[in-house]
Amino acid sequence: MVGPLNDSSTKYSPSRRDILKVGLGTGGALFFVFGLPTLAQRLQADPGGAAETNAAAEPEAAFVPNAFIRIPPSGPVTLTMPYVEMGQGTYTSIPMLIAEELDLDLSQVRLEHAPPDENLYANPLLGVQATGNSNAIRGAWQPLREAGAKARMMLIAAAAKRWGVEPSSCGTERGEVVHSSTNRRIAYGKLVTDAATMPVPENVALKDPKDFKLIGTAAKRLDLPAKVNGTATFGIDARPVGLKFATLVQSPAFGGRLKKVDDTAAKAVKGVRQIVRLDDAVAVVADHMGAAKKGLAALAIEWDDGPHAKLDTSDILAELEQATQKPAVVAQRIGDANSAISGATTKVEATYHVPFLAHATMEPMNCTVHMRPDACEIWVGTQAIARVQRAAAKVAGLPVDKVIVHNHLIGGGFGRRLESDGVERAVQIAMQVDSPVKVVWTREEDIQHDMYRPMFFDRLSAGLDASGKPVAWSNRFAGSSIIARWLPAAFNNGLDPDTTEGAINLVYNFPNLQVEYARVEPPAIGTAFWRSVGPSHNVFVTESFIDELAAAAGQDPVAYRLGLLDKSPRARGVLALAAEKSGWGAKLPARAGRGVSLQNAFGSYMALVAEVEIAKSGDVRVRRVICAVDCGIVINPDTIRAQMQSAVVFGITAALHGEITLKNARVEQSNFDTYQMLRMDEAPKIEVHIVPSNEAPGGMGEAGTSAIVPAVTNAIFAATGKRLRQLPVDISVLKDPS
Amino acid sequence: MAFTLRINGTQHSVDVDDDTPLLWVLRDVLGMTGTKFGCGMALCGACTVHIDGTPVRSCITPVDSVGNSAVTTIESIGSTPAGASIQRAWLDHQVPQCGYCQSGQIMSAAALLAGNANPSDSQIDDAMSGNICRCGTYVRIREAIKSAAASSRQGG
Repeated sequence: MVGPLNDSSTKYSPSRRDILKVGLGTGGALFFVFGLPTLAQRLQADPGGAAETNAAAEPEAAFVPNAFIRIPPSGPVTLTMPYVEMGQGTYTSIPMLIAEELDLDLSQVRLEHAPPDENLYANPLLGVQATGNSNAIRGAWQPLREAGAKARMMLIAAAAKRWGVEPSSCGTERGEVVHSSTNRRIAYGKLVTDAATMPVPENVALKDPKDFKLIGTAAKRLDLPAKVNGTATFGIDARPVGLKFATLVQSPAFGGRLKKVDDTAAKAVKGVRQIVRLDDAVAVVADHMGAAKKGLAALAIEWDDGPHAKLDTSDILAELEQATQKPAVVAQRIGDANSAISGATTKVEATYHVPFLAHATMEPMNCTVHMRPDACEIWVGTQAIARVQRAAAKVAGLPVDKVIVHNHLIGGGFGRRLESDGVERAVQIAMQVDSPVKVVWTREEDIQHDMYRPMFFDRLSAGLDASGKPVAWSNRFAGSSIIARWLPAAFNNGLDPDTTEGAINLVYNFPNLQVEYARVEPPAIGTAFWRSVGPSHNVFVTESFIDELAAAAGQDPVAYRLGLLDKSPRARGVLALAAEKSGWGAKLPARAGRGVSLQNAFGSYMALVAEVEIAKSGDVRVRRVICAVDCGIVINPDTIRAQMQSAVVFGITAALHGEITLKNARVEQSNFDTYQMLRMDEAPKIEVHIVPSNEAPGGMGEAGTSAIVPAVTNAIFAATGKRLRQLPVDISVLKDPS
Repeated sequence: MAFTLRINGTQHSVDVDDDTPLLWVLRDVLGMTGTKFGCGMALCGACTVHIDGTPVRSCITPVDSVGNSAVTTIESIGSTPAGASIQRAWLDHQVPQCGYCQSGQIMSAAALLAGNANPSDSQIDDAMSGNICRCGTYVRIREAIKSAAASSRQGG
């Protein structure tokens, strides 16, 4: 098996001779590639560990058919990963696509993080080099299989020429070209020089799915061996030679500035080297983070709280609420919803709102920078390496090509690491420091200076006919557009595809529908993508309100939804499967309930059933979650299961605990005591049922997060009769009155 | 002040303030980066190491409290029977996702298994609820601990 390496940006590496290969002797060849400092550290940690230097690890005569594949004369094939690994399994599923068509075993590949290069590594669905929106597989499905298939054709052409046979009479198996009628075979590595001279095929036939050997199998993840023994290297683990360690405090009030700082006591702390002042932050540079934190605590700082000093969350909510009282930009219109609602037998109305949410990645924000007179070198785990490179160049006042960025495994992304603010901060600090400096945010800084999942306010109404069936649906909501800032070209006429996902193009067949969006940006507070992005808000609202309509019609929530799905067979399929597997309708004890949600987002369909129990105190426990998923062709079923388990826990965390509030422009939460995470003792049993499908693959990293939230709140309604229209769940209204 | 620490069977000398948390001595002074920083307040368990076999949160453990005790980190937990068994089970069950919290999870699980060959669900909850996993790998952690326990009982 092969694990991913670390020193990614080979084209920027100090020298190829510095790249070392370390064999770890646990059942076969297990290769990691490290830069020198990392190896030194590894040897220090494990002096008995087998280590060999291999200066020839990157031979010069490799066959490089495209930006993703490098086949050397001997040894593993290097695959360069255009999407970065942050837990979602992309460092296994992307290699599966390439290796499937190239006929390699996964034990024959090793992985490399892609360097910043928008031309070579842009995500075709986003147009920029970024890992997000659950679209790696959707973006890679066609081009990366073709990359593998074309390389294979060139290797076959080279072998056929050498043997004097027709290319069509040759096949491939496990890294070799095979001519079975003459029983000849030759390793790809022996063909690298010849293959490089073969024409690149313009068109290539991809495998018939029935011939897949890897795709569809529960292949073991390539990144996991290093993640169980402490050798996996995240951005926070970078250790360039001469490294100093820094931590910082930013203006506690959003929009505030630094007024005055007395650093006398901080400078007296053993190991503190330097105090760095910025316009709105102070950093302490030291020999280790312990000294930096102690130095930071010893600073006496005066802040100017700036123009938003009195800002509270309630001010923002009031502004959002107001924006939904007047017409907004129409995101989708079918028929005439307003007239149909006016004429309906029953009218149902509700308002919803959702809070700011922090990402709280387990790896706190960090970035290591070595600022030199003519260049800037950066070590970081980022979802958007080219964006980070440009942002750093701007701060440093350097041309982009003088900024070297080494990407790393990411200790939780969830959208936080699509942003460049942490890198910009580190560069600002490093510009005042003579050595490489690793800037690590404390957890408190990480939570209080996140860029947050936006707050939204939603105003809904619907009309039902005499049978209870909806004749019209109306939804007007207000909140921040992240796309408008992050990818302005995709924000057009007041709309973007993310903010509205999950609110428009619903699976339900409504004869009249109107959805409107008002962009309202909160003052001074950054908003950002957060796992399941637009749907994280919209699916809660939509799937709660459809549940309200079922209740208003006096009908079963599953049966009611099924009655509206005549145009959406895949949605019907997952809903029926989830209902069946959950034992929908079977009796539960008092104060227990089942709730359902149905979703089409990120190109995947899913239905979730949550079972909850409500304690007398109002405490909510989610006991069991049943997921039915139709995500098209499955690359790796174990990754689908893992991502559903993960996304469900992430969503329950938000539903039960997630809320960032502001008082006087300051975030009131600070660490895991006040911004709580679901823990082992609260985690439900989770079942995942996958619907076989030949549709194109859909995204799976995020979808479960948006889907679980309304399943939980609908289950709470089933258990208690309390309809929850804001998040997180307010347990005070769920107390047993008896 | 100078301290001599016994870490993974090797003596290391460091010169830091008495109250420096062990976490930063391991990660920054000695370069053993397998142990992770998550919260700095013993709220998340990412920094868990063993001191004389007992799991502790190194982010709040002052270096001067360690004395001559044996410190074991993720880098060498695989050399203990319980640690090796947990690591194997972690791979069998494909537990980690982003992997950042997993050093701490494995250290907590290895300590549990070393002292309890057949932990119940509630004992697993007690031992593991101090470790946060933002990727939500709890379902697999529970399964992996149970299968590591089963294989350990069979001498595996």
